Amino acid sequence: MLTCKEATHLISDALDRPLSWRERLKLRAHLALCSGCRAFRRQLDFLRSASQRFRNGAKEDD
Amino acid sequence: MNQPVPDLLLGEFRPQMLKFARLQLQDGAAAEDVVHDAISAALEGVSRFSGRAALKTWIFAILRHKIVDALRERGRTVQISSLEKDEADMDEAFDALFAANAHWHPASRPRDWGDPEETLAQRQFWQVFETCLELLPANTARVFMMREFLGFETPEICRNLDISTSNCHVILHRARAGLRQCLERGWFNPEVRSAC
Repeated sequence: MLTCKEATHLISDALDRPLSWRERLKLRAHLALCSGCRAFRRQLDFLRSASQRFRNGAKEDD
Repeated sequence: MNQPVPDLLLGEFRPQMLKFARLQLQDGAAAEDVVHDAISAALEGVSRFSGRAALKTWIFAILRHKIVDALRERGRTVQISSLEKDEADMDEAFDALFAANAHWHPASRPRDWGDPEETLAQRQFWQVFETCLELLPANTARVFMMREFLGFETPEICRNLDISTSNCHVILHRARAGLRQCLERGWFNPEVRSAC
């Protein structure tokens, strides 16, 4: 069983590399039971879209 | 180095970069050198930006990185917080979110950040976002920006900066966790006082 700390690493890694079948399985089992890690995953997704926006000039008020 | 340098870089950022580099290095010639290096290194990514603020954070992340290198070469330990917040501090702040069993502390368990679109539409949020990016250690910021702003794949980033793939993943995790905590404090849950 994954710890939350381990899960955060897999959640981040999933943004950069394909997870192995085993990793995906372990992560999915963990996320099913852990609202904190589900929120963490949504937050990292948010960081990715915010970065995209920022790069494309979301904040062009200056 | 035979691409045209955008006017923005030369006209607008270069003077600020020089000022910043002189301040940190206390040496005009060395400052010229790091600024030149930083501009050369930044050029490859410049065309991918349409956001001026983002371009600026990217260029300054590279500059900070170059300055840290220059200081290290002089054998100085870098302890300038704006320049190089220690990665160890970041890891400590992240570890502090967890109980002894490596699961979230109830108080620091991530909670929903609400509607992303609503957040991204707020100008104030971008101020916080930019500040949080600037607080990342130079090296961490550079890896993160290569990945998220320039869209490089991780192996490319590692090759480029001469670090191992697993280290690349560690750095990206550190950057995201740090940004997340910074936004949490600066925007989403400012009333929660965390230990740092």
